[in-house]
Amino acid sequence: MSLDISFIGILIGSIMASSVPLILAASGELITERSGVLNLGVEGMMIIGAISGFALMVITDNLFVAIVGSMLSGVIISLIFGFLTQSLLTNHVATGLALTIFGIGLSAMLGKNFVGIPGKEFPILFSSLRESIPFFGPILFGHSIVLYFAFALPFLTNYFLKKTKLGLVVRAVGDSPVSASNQGINVILVRYCCILYGGAMCGLAGAYLSLIYTPQWIENMTAGRGWIALALVVFATWSPIKVLIGALIFGGITILQLHMQAIGFRIPVQFLSALPYLMTIIVLVVISRDSRKIKLNTPTSLGRIFYKEK
Amino acid sequence: MYKNFFKYLISAIFLLGFSVNSNADFKVGFVYVGPTGDHGWTFQHHEGRNAVEAAGIKTTFVESVPEGADAERVIRQLAQSGHDLIFTTSFGYMDPTNKVAKDFPNVKFEHATGYKREHANVSTYSARFYEGRTLLGHIAGKMTKTNTIGYIASFPIPEVIRGINAMTLAAQKVNPNIKTKIVWVFTWYDPGKEAEAAQALIDQGADVIMQHTDSTAPVQTAEKAGVWSFGQASDMQRFAPKSILTSIIDDWAPYYVERAVAARDGTWKQQDTWHGLKEGMVAMGPYNSAMGADLVKEVEQLQKDLASGKVHSFTGPIYDQKGNILVAEGKVADDGMLAGMSVYVKGVEGDIPK
Repeated sequence: MSLDISFIGILIGSIMASSVPLILAASGELITERSGVLNLGVEGMMIIGAISGFALMVITDNLFVAIVGSMLSGVIISLIFGFLTQSLLTNHVATGLALTIFGIGLSAMLGKNFVGIPGKEFPILFSSLRESIPFFGPILFGHSIVLYFAFALPFLTNYFLKKTKLGLVVRAVGDSPVSASNQGINVILVRYCCILYGGAMCGLAGAYLSLIYTPQWIENMTAGRGWIALALVVFATWSPIKVLIGALIFGGITILQLHMQAIGFRIPVQFLSALPYLMTIIVLVVISRDSRKIKLNTPTSLGRIFYKEK
Repeated sequence: MYKNFFKYLISAIFLLGFSVNSNADFKVGFVYVGPTGDHGWTFQHHEGRNAVEAAGIKTTFVESVPEGADAERVIRQLAQSGHDLIFTTSFGYMDPTNKVAKDFPNVKFEHATGYKREHANVSTYSARFYEGRTLLGHIAGKMTKTNTIGYIASFPIPEVIRGINAMTLAAQKVNPNIKTKIVWVFTWYDPGKEAEAAQALIDQGADVIMQHTDSTAPVQTAEKAGVWSFGQASDMQRFAPKSILTSIIDDWAPYYVERAVAARDGTWKQQDTWHGLKEGMVAMGPYNSAMGADLVKEVEQLQKDLASGKVHSFTGPIYDQKGNILVAEGKVADDGMLAGMSVYVKGVEGDIPK
């Protein structure tokens, strides 16, 4: 059993890598939900992003096209959700669930010809620094550009929501669409934009899995991460920074429990497997005890259908 | 109102999902637990179906059928729509297969990896994957420098435990200092988690990784980390050309063709099949030249001996972790013991999750 300092650095590095899809998807969904829209289609949008990114990589042999394409595919599929819930006023929950089922099925169909093709190496940044600096090297360097983006995203999201006018608009729409509408804000348009943004981030999260984390396409490869991202948003009480903390805890304990097994701790494996879920819930409950603060961030109109009376 | 809506929605989805196309004459049906694109278990069964089709026999398949009530409905539907022989390719289809078989005495049924043959028209079949594990253990024991073998395990069922034991026994034979580290992931299929498990084992000093899960993620992780690995269920070499030493390949095709032809010609009889290297139901992928010519020769010989029955994967004396004797010296484990294996042999670290 090796627990020296450089090993811990490597461990933290791999925990960060494993939490990226959760951070991306949850940050995207957070903006959608802050505008008052509950989109349960995260898993479906992620898996569509995963197959689109991988397929484009195979077809064009260009990773940039693949990444952008995966985000676009997330936008397109979330547009379906947006049209149904915002223009046709369907129920958010039912539509979101349908989106997930649809996404999983569609991705399997699209992916038929891409099974069994090895992925391409995704470029990592500062790989020489990773090797040369002990401890901090594997934490700070040698990651893909998407990881750096993912770790900046919660802070950008926080800034956007708290400090910008547009962020205020999004929050206003989520808290009281009627008043926002009376102020002359186009509620439906704002919600459309937030839905499409959420779709783009979920698409990117899926592409991270199929292009970077485990570079290949297999059916259903998101394996429930979309649902975990959804849960993180709720447990983080709609705060971007807490989403980041929650994702790191979840990723961290998932990886740690595997290491504990490999080291040979004599703890029931089933308990270890349940631990990430348990700890994430406990920690997020603890850090959001303050009910006033929760109310501050909770979009009051979440999941409610809004239509403008004419 | 929503309750009803969901009910209709879900039944509509299931009806769409299990659409079955039908033909006249002699027909063979296949029921799969996963998607044909899983590149593992179901993929190999589907290859077998393709071989039956190539032999000029009409086939139908239904994929991603959950074990349980849905399975019975799908099997019954296949039987009703004029299929003469039906392969049900997952352990959990055992009771549904027997139930439907009772109502359709003229239809033949073949159930994979099960043991219940309650009616004369039900056969069972499985493969002796553990023979492949013996070869893997021999190679791993010779190739490891850290004397640590990492094993990614799915669920604590006899099939998986048998593989761990067979591998460990073979590795101990060539390298008495070997340690087997096991990580249970409780899934057959989650590329992300499988990759993380592989990385955890590598970080803990394992320089040979093997898996009893279905995705190619562990071999890719091994390739990246520069350690050895083995492919599972199908030849995974192209995913990790440097790292993969060989793969255990499930080859159902000859059996499926043989049984389909027998059923068509009226010579089909109930049987319980457990085939291995000898019959080719378990096959090995190409051996990596990095093993060196001597080791390749040795392993090829062992493969021949296992196939001919000269060597058995479980030859006594075999002890459990506490040192109690499981198989006496000079004896080999019988099939009954193999089928119900639920303890680790000496040398495996940790406990079996209950």
